[in-house]
Amino acid sequence: MLINEIYEYHGYDFSGYSHASFKRRIDRLYQLDGFKNFPDFLSRIRIDSDYFNRMVEEITVNVTEMFRDPLFYKVLRTEILPVLATKPFLRIWHAGCSTGEEVYSMAILLKEANLLHKSLMYATDLNPSVLDTARKGVFPIRMMKQYSENYIASGGKNDFSHYYTAHYGFAKFPEELSAKMVFSQHNLVSDRSFNEFDLILCRNVLIYFDKDLQDKALKLFDDSLARLGYIALGTKETLKFSDLQKKYEQHNRDKIWKKIKE
Amino acid sequence: MEKDKRINGCKLLILGGSAGSLEVLIKILPHLTVLSGYAMVIVLHRKGSEDNTLEELIAIKTTVPVVEVEDKTPLVPGHIYVAPSDYHLLFEKNDTISLDTSEKVNYSRPSIDVSFETAADIYGASLVAILLSGANADGTKGLISVKNAGGTVIIQDPVSAEVSFMPGNALDNMKPDFVADVKKILELILSINID
Repeated sequence: MLINEIYEYHGYDFSGYSHASFKRRIDRLYQLDGFKNFPDFLSRIRIDSDYFNRMVEEITVNVTEMFRDPLFYKVLRTEILPVLATKPFLRIWHAGCSTGEEVYSMAILLKEANLLHKSLMYATDLNPSVLDTARKGVFPIRMMKQYSENYIASGGKNDFSHYYTAHYGFAKFPEELSAKMVFSQHNLVSDRSFNEFDLILCRNVLIYFDKDLQDKALKLFDDSLARLGYIALGTKETLKFSDLQKKYEQHNRDKIWKKIKE
Repeated sequence: MEKDKRINGCKLLILGGSAGSLEVLIKILPHLTVLSGYAMVIVLHRKGSEDNTLEELIAIKTTVPVVEVEDKTPLVPGHIYVAPSDYHLLFEKNDTISLDTSEKVNYSRPSIDVSFETAADIYGASLVAILLSGANADGTKGLISVKNAGGTVIIQDPVSAEVSFMPGNALDNMKPDFVADVKKILELILSINID
């Protein structure tokens, strides 16, 4: 019922979200905001568009970090980027980029591989407020110790603190990195392919979708990926249960697949 | 409090635990050969890391096949599934597991409450939930949901637990079907779906 109302009033379709997870997010918000009964909650969502925006922010999960799963980044660094390096131009899509930590991580990898000058990173998310954060390239300084460890575990050789300037509790990443990023709102449920890419990263996003919606999103990625391009998923996500599997070859046991057939 | 020592109609058994629970599993697992008609899911608090040490350890202790859990992995009776580190493990209507990286619950991801609660929604009376040794309050709310949905609740006797807080906290807040030491927990598991 809630899902129908949201669709009817705001045009967002959450019907393909994993049911158990979505229900928990809604219950959490309902309790967090102290609603006493469900009709109140529903009518607030229906008529108060600021509140609706809050709901979208709260029910979408925005847990992320720089160089999340460092071994994944190590494989990108040592095995995938060297293959892509032969291309004249590199287009990368971060689908569901949240607050952008992984996009900046990618920019650092590209810079170290001397590929940044010929790369463009498209970073999209459903949620406009996380994109604002991502555009700024400003993250809490208290996270930098963890990120620095992740960076080193990913095979980084530099002093990570050279990549940002510390300012009032925040770490600001330079224009040099963000100049190669394009941020825009994109809904994997309803929007279409908008370019052709050599690498698509969509990590820990599909887990929030049910099987049918996952298939739909994977089809969208397939339509947006050049032949011999790569798709990268989260550590517990897989193409194994999808029809796409036949056209793709997994890179060892990593969560990276290469498109081998059109 | 105690009901008949047989448990029938079980489709899913979940074992949840934290500090001191791995030792319990290591004692129980070698005695299991066949899980008749039900799947077993193990949700332990574990360090956030990418390795599969826990899965491997469990796999060498039992002849029951252990399946690596990925998002949307189907639950098949007769198999053991282990909640991966740094993800909550949830249950969906079509007998699949979904994963989620949302906020920690009770300082934990995976959280035992999350698995118990979502399993209670789907499996109701055909769920058996066991809460083992541990040092935090995770699991209690989940057991209450399991009970309210008609499932069977077993709590490790805090006296027998290496760390008694977790089962003790659950006992303070709800009435389980069984309070059991390790030996009795094993007997109960072996009695599942054996008429």
